[in-house]
Amino acid sequence: MELLERFVADDMDAFETLFRQFQRDVYRWIVRIIRDPAAAEELTVETFWRIYRSRARFDPKREFGAWARRIATNLALDHLHRAPRESELDTDRIAEPSPDHTARHGVRDALRRAFRRLPPKLRAVATLALIEEQPQAVIAEALGISITAVKTREFRAVRLLRQSLKRMGVEI
Amino acid sequence: MNLTEELRKAIAPLGDTEPRQDLWPHMLRRLDRQPRRAPYLDWALAAVLLASFFVFPKAVLAFFYQM
Repeated sequence: MELLERFVADDMDAFETLFRQFQRDVYRWIVRIIRDPAAAEELTVETFWRIYRSRARFDPKREFGAWARRIATNLALDHLHRAPRESELDTDRIAEPSPDHTARHGVRDALRRAFRRLPPKLRAVATLALIEEQPQAVIAEALGISITAVKTREFRAVRLLRQSLKRMGVEI
Repeated sequence: MNLTEELRKAIAPLGDTEPRQDLWPHMLRRLDRQPRRAPYLDWALAAVLLASFFVFPKAVLAFFYQM
């Protein structure tokens, strides 16, 4: 019996194999969206808990990774909705200071603040598409929306960022 | 200035980060626990049942007989 079929048939060893095979991918996907390593670990476990709970409904012919990413995305979005300010940017890696650091510092700080104010759905797409450069098709599948909807959210996120920056007196 | 480029400089991509620990032991603990969320549907059904007892008091006897 194939691994996914054994998992659906409630084989704990199969679940452990899948967990060990996909935990990094799921974690990376979540941490890219919420940008909080500790919370991402908790949500990774929660994602697999939901996967385990729904195992009977899973079609072994489907791609496990895409299914896991979909569940992980929903949990990450819930997290952003619940804690939009707490989950953000504390652990962001800030780029190395450049010679024109002082001139750019204000712009980047303003960008971070503007980014934090984006609605969770737009922030998730902007993070995945603009910062992490994930393919639009993968983002669309994970969010359960069309590629056109991903492009629209990306566009709206950029527009909102520009508006926010303008209010802060920053032009890009 | 390009907004996307500036954004990437302000919030650097995380790339291929790893969990800081093996999460399988956490998973096993999670499997041992009950779901965190309240069973809303169960509470809703209980509320409907309770409300029906006020509307149809005799249903209480039938209910407990069936129990």
